[in-house]
Amino acid sequence: MKREHITDHLILILGAVFMIAPVIVAFMTSTHDAVSVYRNGLQMTWGGHFSDTYSAVLTEAGGFTKEVTGFTMLKNSMILGLGFAIGKIIISMLAAYAIVYFRFPLASFCFWVIFATLLLPLEVRILPSYEIVQGLGMMNSYSGLIVPLIASATGTFYFRQFFKSVPDELVEAARIDGAGPIKFFIDILVPLSKTMIAAIFIIMFVYGWNQYLWPTLITTDETFFTLVRGMRQILQVWIGAQIPETNQAMALAVLAMLPPVIVVIVFQSWFVKGLVESEK
Amino acid sequence: MAGITLSNVRKTYAGGVAAVKGVSIDIEDGEFIVLVGPSGCGKSTLLRMVAGLEAITEGEISIGDRVVNKIEPADRDIAMVFQNYALYPHMTVYNNLAYGLKNRGIKKEEIDRRVREAARILEIADYLDRKPRALSGGQRQRVAMGRAIVREPKAFLFDEPLSNLDAKLRVQMRIEIKKLQKALGTTSLYVTHDQLEAMTLADRLVVLNGGQVEQIGTPIDVYENPASTFVASFIGSPAMNLMEIERDNAQWHLSRGDGLSLKSELEERSAILGLRPEDLHIVEDETQLEDPLVLSLIVSAVEPVGAESYVHATLGEQGQEVIVRAPGKQHFEVGSVLKVAAKREKLHFFSSETGKALTSTGKLQPA
Repeated sequence: MKREHITDHLILILGAVFMIAPVIVAFMTSTHDAVSVYRNGLQMTWGGHFSDTYSAVLTEAGGFTKEVTGFTMLKNSMILGLGFAIGKIIISMLAAYAIVYFRFPLASFCFWVIFATLLLPLEVRILPSYEIVQGLGMMNSYSGLIVPLIASATGTFYFRQFFKSVPDELVEAARIDGAGPIKFFIDILVPLSKTMIAAIFIIMFVYGWNQYLWPTLITTDETFFTLVRGMRQILQVWIGAQIPETNQAMALAVLAMLPPVIVVIVFQSWFVKGLVESEK
Repeated sequence: MAGITLSNVRKTYAGGVAAVKGVSIDIEDGEFIVLVGPSGCGKSTLLRMVAGLEAITEGEISIGDRVVNKIEPADRDIAMVFQNYALYPHMTVYNNLAYGLKNRGIKKEEIDRRVREAARILEIADYLDRKPRALSGGQRQRVAMGRAIVREPKAFLFDEPLSNLDAKLRVQMRIEIKKLQKALGTTSLYVTHDQLEAMTLADRLVVLNGGQVEQIGTPIDVYENPASTFVASFIGSPAMNLMEIERDNAQWHLSRGDGLSLKSELEERSAILGLRPEDLHIVEDETQLEDPLVLSLIVSAVEPVGAESYVHATLGEQGQEVIVRAPGKQHFEVGSVLKVAAKREKLHFFSSETGKALTSTGKLQPA
């Protein structure tokens, strides 16, 4: 029994080390200067250039046009992540509300059509999506980044399942209490869905934050670059005697990791609650 | 305050299934009516139609002198208590009580007055700031009642409100509901499948079966004069003993087997005889008896419940089961022969074709 206990821990520790090692390498490398990284490769030790690298990354304008700082990219990523997550939650909640609570013709057909779009991820429909956004003149704008992505079959599905588990009596009690559809949604359904909203928020925020392909297509103006995208830009600069600032790229990677990690840590208890139980 | 009138109310679901097949009930102002019947008899559907949660296929429901067929639940001036309480889990008890009033645009002070008054009556004043999750089943039940009371409605509708409580609490809440209803004098319609609950609460019982009214009457009236074999077997615990009997000239006997001796002027050729377990008394010497009915039973099991014992015994070749309610102290040997008799006025006869009650001379009882 005791021995099994130790083995269990060993396995878990090994797993944890395996997962965290690349992050440590990235962080350690980011504390060295560009030259030593270029000469010696990735680093496992503390290099002492922490504040230099990070302040340079955040405040100095980089990229091809030298117009965008790390802060701007952080802000862009934040807008994309939040807009993406919040937009998806609003749209999918409303869609699920319609599907679950209103009798309209072909309701379940509509649901399955929405559900079937899971088979068509962004990568599959990227050309037509691009065409439309371009045709609407939404290139290089936040709405162009966010709006085309906020329809969510996953979110609609989760909210539908959740709404279906809300007892009918609650709806009936609310009807007798004189709450119409909008009142019921705002006063009762939204507060009840709190944990579910938190869970979806985490998933969608991280998903939105890590978007790469879509921002690459939609934004050509560097002031709209996101962190995930900007990272690559740093390594692309090969002008004259410049060497790639690998340390800065690593620093950006570390920075890019932080907000999702914070979101997950803050919301994790809600996350589990939202997916496994409901407050009823 | 108002009465409720149901006239020839029908409910047919989209698939063609008829849940309620023409029910007419006149409920007087302040009356406590209990709808009772087995699951699937349409009692809940009927209640939900009064509440406005189900559309009425045919017929008319009026509350007071207003026909409410097309009126939204919120505007019918009724309050409903649900089986699972249906409290809003994210709101405090206070807000649960106040929500319906807020939606009606009642002034804050008035809401506060009503909520505190209801909380005082129901003894939940200490829990007003708690969420339902932090309350016990009995307390939740009180909050659900409170939500109905603050509305000061024309009628209360109860949909099996006690069935989620444990047995002891159920008995306690039952009495409280009755007291409360009498104190407030609000017309009430109460649905249950528990015949004991129905008997104890009701001013008048409505026994439903298969979407139709079997009998309407005071609990005692329904108990003593059941209108059909269905009512006879549904109301009362243990249930009424029912046995098929046939006549050969003047001699009545069991349709299958013997062990029954009955003198009756019933004119039918066959009938169903109904006997309440407590109306059977044990006799030592049948020759001296004036009672028209004597049964020879063989004891098969005894259920002592303290004050009394339920003696399960068999009658005739087919092993017709008969239950006799005997004093608790008496001892019975399984396998022994037991003679029981019943008085004339305690015999119930039902038509063997329709199951409807017959008078002792074989006429169909006037409904």
